[in-house]
Amino acid sequence: MAGEVLSLTVNGRTREVADAHPGESLLYVLRERLGLAGAKNACEEGECGSCTVRVDGRLVCGCLVLAAAVDGSEVTTIEGLGVEGPDEAVELSDVQQAFLDAGAVQCGFCTPGLLMAIDDLLDRDPDPDDLVVREAISGNLCRCTGYGRILAAVELAGAVRRGGGGAQ
Amino acid sequence: MAERPDAVVLAGGTDLMVDANRGALDMADVVVVDRVPELRGWQRDRNLLRLGAAVTCAELSGGEPAALVPALAQAARTVGSPQIRNAATLGGNLGTASPAGDTLPVLAALDATVEVRSASGRRDVPLDEFLVGVKANALVPGELIVAVRVPVLDGPQEFLKVGTRNAMVISVASLALVVDRAGRTVRMALGSVGPVPIRAVEAEVLVAERIDWSGPGTLDARTTDRVAELVADAARPIDDHRGTADYRRHAVGVLARRALRRAFPGAGGVAA
Repeated sequence: MAGEVLSLTVNGRTREVADAHPGESLLYVLRERLGLAGAKNACEEGECGSCTVRVDGRLVCGCLVLAAAVDGSEVTTIEGLGVEGPDEAVELSDVQQAFLDAGAVQCGFCTPGLLMAIDDLLDRDPDPDDLVVREAISGNLCRCTGYGRILAAVELAGAVRRGGGGAQ
Repeated sequence: MAERPDAVVLAGGTDLMVDANRGALDMADVVVVDRVPELRGWQRDRNLLRLGAAVTCAELSGGEPAALVPALAQAARTVGSPQIRNAATLGGNLGTASPAGDTLPVLAALDATVEVRSASGRRDVPLDEFLVGVKANALVPGELIVAVRVPVLDGPQEFLKVGTRNAMVISVASLALVVDRAGRTVRMALGSVGPVPIRAVEAEVLVAERIDWSGPGTLDARTTDRVAELVADAARPIDDHRGTADYRRHAVGVLARRALRRAFPGAGGVAA
């Protein structure tokens, strides 16, 4: 694969990567080749979820995706979660706003991955029960909050989305 | 793959990318298979379900596969997290052949057949011949897992596993129970308690003998206790960082009792 140009649609924009080495993960390409540092790099083994992104709509750990294998795919990262508001300003999505309102962010390292996982959950089920929420974020480790305020944020964001006032 | 038989075959990446990220796997030659249409999806042909090697754990967890092979769905649901299940594939579980692979005891209990292809042809390998040791399978260089065939059976199925929490857990011990009402057989396979899944044959025979096949399928408490002992005896566990051999042997006995209670009304024994 060395020398081949990789083409990804990242958050709606076509991005070409010419210098990726074979074996590089999508997470590495996003962070180090494309300068998108929102997805975090921690365990590099799919355990912590801090690198969670969507590839062609599927929620995955960016660290476990071979970048060359998803050539041509659409990738959504935390940088693409916000929505365009008036005057082309990017506004926070419903889940992001709910995290602020509920105080669900402490150190913030796990936050991008959690936001991606919860956005994915609420897309599928805007009114999830507690067990479904816990299952949906079971692959996203947070060592600060104890998850209480994260669960509260999911409740807030779900209410917004059910009410039609949500971002998407 | 015929030209480069030593190339790394990569599907969901949930095992191999961990090694690649550590620099422990040479990724110069990689064949990525998880978007090959022929390996995706499944077909039902009467009482056989043919699952493509690139079917993901998420796909196994619901819909038609879950309705037809419920134990496989239960196993797939216990794998990793949503992110992992969206990527991890059935063929990948067979390719990695970890003793803790969660779909493997279910495939063992179902007497699954692995379809393998190479440039020179196709062969069908019974599961117990496919898995040959710890992280070792019967593939020869140039061969690719293309599908797995499992029977569609009438009867209860269960998959249970023990780990340190309910999510993101690598099995410390697991058990699959499959009942075939038409054939009047019961099949039980144990995971993470030996190099490959272990069929608890004596336990299977005892349940099949004692079960009330013509009635609602009840099983008495004494039989349940004896089955748990036979299952524990069948295990060949080791001590490792996830658990001791003694704990694992105890755990599969508990899982056997629990699976029987779920599958058969009236199956008793000591509460577990």
